[in-house]
Amino acid sequence: MADQPLLSCEALSVDYGTGDLRQRAVEDLSFHIDRGEAFGLVGESGCGKSTVALAIMRYLGRNGWVSGGAIRFDGTDIASLSEGELRALRGARVAMVYQDPLSSLNPVMPIGRQLMEVPLLHRTRNREGARELALRALAEVELPDPEALMTRYPHQLSGGQQQRAVIAMALIAEPSLLILDEPTTGLDVTVEAAVLALVDRLRRRRGTSVLFISHNLGAIGRLCDRVGVLYAGRLVEQGPLHQVFGNPRHPYTRGLLNSVPSLGRDRRGRPLTPIGGTLSEASRLAVGCAFADRCPHVVDGLCTGQPIALEPVAGEASHIVRCVMSPRLPAFSWADEGGPAIAEQPAAEPVLEARGLGKRYELSGPSGGRTSLEALRGIDLVLERGRTLAIVGESGSGKSTFARIVLGLTDATEGELDFRGQNIARLAIGRRSRDLRQRLQMIFQNPDSTLNPSHTIGYALERTVGRLHRVGRADRRAAVGKLLQLVQLPANFAERMPDELSGGQRQRVAIARALAAAPEIVVADEPVSALDVSVQAAIANLLKELQVDQALSLVFISHDIALVRYMADHVALFYRGRLVEVGPADAVFAPPYHPYTQMLLASVPDPAAPSQRAAAPEAGAATAPETTRGCPFAARCAWRIDGLCAEVEPPILEPGEEHRIACHLTLQELPRHIGQAA
Amino acid sequence: MTDIADIVPIAPPTPARGLRVLRLTTAGYVGVGIIAFWVAAALLAPVLPMAAPNASDLGALANPLPSAAHWLGVDLSGRDILSRIVWGARTVLTVAPIAVAGATIAGAMLGLIAGYRRGTLDSVLSRISDVILSFPVIILYMIILTRFGASALNIVLVITVTKAPIIYRLVRAMTLELREREYVAAAQMRGESGLYIMLVEILPNARGPIIVDVCLRLGYTTIAIGVLGFLGIGLPPPTPDWGGMVRETYGMISLYPHMAIIPCVAISTLVIGFNLLAVGLRRKARHG
Repeated sequence: MADQPLLSCEALSVDYGTGDLRQRAVEDLSFHIDRGEAFGLVGESGCGKSTVALAIMRYLGRNGWVSGGAIRFDGTDIASLSEGELRALRGARVAMVYQDPLSSLNPVMPIGRQLMEVPLLHRTRNREGARELALRALAEVELPDPEALMTRYPHQLSGGQQQRAVIAMALIAEPSLLILDEPTTGLDVTVEAAVLALVDRLRRRRGTSVLFISHNLGAIGRLCDRVGVLYAGRLVEQGPLHQVFGNPRHPYTRGLLNSVPSLGRDRRGRPLTPIGGTLSEASRLAVGCAFADRCPHVVDGLCTGQPIALEPVAGEASHIVRCVMSPRLPAFSWADEGGPAIAEQPAAEPVLEARGLGKRYELSGPSGGRTSLEALRGIDLVLERGRTLAIVGESGSGKSTFARIVLGLTDATEGELDFRGQNIARLAIGRRSRDLRQRLQMIFQNPDSTLNPSHTIGYALERTVGRLHRVGRADRRAAVGKLLQLVQLPANFAERMPDELSGGQRQRVAIARALAAAPEIVVADEPVSALDVSVQAAIANLLKELQVDQALSLVFISHDIALVRYMADHVALFYRGRLVEVGPADAVFAPPYHPYTQMLLASVPDPAAPSQRAAAPEAGAATAPETTRGCPFAARCAWRIDGLCAEVEPPILEPGEEHRIACHLTLQELPRHIGQAA
Repeated sequence: MTDIADIVPIAPPTPARGLRVLRLTTAGYVGVGIIAFWVAAALLAPVLPMAAPNASDLGALANPLPSAAHWLGVDLSGRDILSRIVWGARTVLTVAPIAVAGATIAGAMLGLIAGYRRGTLDSVLSRISDVILSFPVIILYMIILTRFGASALNIVLVITVTKAPIIYRLVRAMTLELREREYVAAAQMRGESGLYIMLVEILPNARGPIIVDVCLRLGYTTIAIGVLGFLGIGLPPPTPDWGGMVRETYGMISLYPHMAIIPCVAISTLVIGFNLLAVGLRRKARHG
């Protein structure tokens, strides 16, 4: 018994369909997970990775079924289990954690009762025992004050705490296999790093096997021993993590790795290499290589036409790859192709300047009294002409509020925002002149809501050109053609409706719409965060190219500090509505760091260095009480000076020209190494 | 670096794009069939070989039950029931759509304004709609129609006033949600007027639920018109009116049940038709 794998999928195929329509979601997938091992399944959206998880749990709905192969758990074929045996398996021996923690938690039940349900349901404990178990589980996932947490409701917890509670729930029955389906998507980077580190510690302590499903290569690198790369439902590469990431033999794996921004790449370096094209329905049906239509190494007749088998990689025993060209591929290097490096630019004049900018929301409190929420306070920032200023922060840091003030979608309550000699901090969009609106444009975050689903792409662009430039109909048509060309979309896209476009294409149209105004400043609020990594790279490159070509001044808002490293000339870090560090990118990404910057940098999983596991920082309770005094980061800071940081406003240190850090530490005391976690 | 970005080969755009919302489920098609039957009857009423709706055949009164001469029998005045049902369809299918259209236009416009502008205007409009909705409609109908007289115009007005708040609430709620969409902010940034944003950016995206609700309202309005006729405050006699037909004959229900039941069946089928259409549309609206 002991030497057979805990879970094995043998030539697994899964179909979805209704009536005559059938689609293969997973084809001929074989992998196994040994006891205590962490296996990662990686791929873009639509590659079938979540389907695998559902098949293992036998949760495929009425429209899905296993059409071939078998899944064995501890030697037993899952398909042979009765409903009763299945119930005993789920939760008790295999537990699953989904992407959105709120959908796994019952909003009307306290956390404690939800945790106790598991042992009570499986009849392994009485009420007292269950309570004890629940408390221990909460303590084990490192949640503060488990006793108090038992009586809390899910909405009273932060996103990271919710995900920890879900993991506690999954672990409470001591399952031998834990399936994590994108568990950290939607969480802030520091929280993500902490959750991953927690899972890693738990599995080492308990010997739990983990199936980790993610599109995030960095996250996979943090946690997994072995990894399988899935494309169009087929396994294209599999092997030990260091072999797959260190010596990827499939062009798709290489593409994925090269589209991830990492801290090693700044904006002067080579561009990210996106994978061209997207997963098409046709390639799912292809007999040969499904990736052939996007592959730069494709050879007609060799790659297509006949089925391609998984072959072992020469010299690496447990590393297999499904690519006929694999032996002929050159050795892998990071970003082995790319355009010329961008030269250093001289200093430029400021176009937008914020001085003491603040925003306070007045809210009516629960007892009828009025309270106020400070979304932004004391922001001093300068955007230089033709440069990219990146604003980095977690959710709730006030970075979107800043964007909305710049665009006039909300008004500041304090301070000034100077644009061309005019204070626009309190100038609502409706009162801005056409000239001003034309000069300031925005690219929004959500590809699903950025374009009106009732209007064609052409209409959206034409209307913008017409409203802001008052040109004739023929000129507007011509302008639309040019704009589409600018964002590398074919001209016939003007006729299409938004729902006929992929997320990346919609985001391109959104960029074209912002450029239609021929603006001076473009504010991009998390423009790529909702996209797949490979598409993300393409959009980031496009923005960067356009920024240089059109001499745009760009405010780039993101929570992804590695991407910011790639995009920005200047970086500003926001924490809870306050500016904690600002300066030229080179200075911000080099020591000395603000403690928060250091923590963010340490949280970035880097697929280029998959073994750096220990560096994950300890994110303290992110839900410390709202404080208006002292340093906003005090509650989570490892260098906190008791009695000072939480009480007194930190002074501004200036380690270099234009570089400001708000911290009570002296310049010499500031953290200087990224890995130096508390 | 000119990778042709993430291009998905997809089918060319469908020409009948505006009609997409009209693809229905089976239930929806049954509803359409029933409604089409009544619309055809109403349209063809003048050319169908039937007796005039108000002509009395006193000879038939001896045996008012269905016969070769009068397929559905005659009523207490010797008028042909089939003819009155067909002409009655004309009445209901004129009054109901006009009234519902009035309610929809008024409710949708006010809902858009309240949801988009918010503030005091929204509070005032919402309280007014709450007051109207909290009033027992039948009492409201009776007060207004007995005070101002029962005419087709007054019936349309009273139904408009009582149904508009329902559409208002729906549209207001949708507007509150849609106004936060990024494309609305984009429209504001290019300097569109409030009216343009409401009518061109927001309203088209609320059309699915509005169309579904209109179908439901048509059903309820058919019932309301029947009720008004039954209470004697509907269209004045001798206009053929389904509710009125029940009123005139329900006293004889134990003797000649067909006189009252046939118009009831007519009302029911039309209401079911509208409801099935609403269900069919709603399913499609939800699942795309």
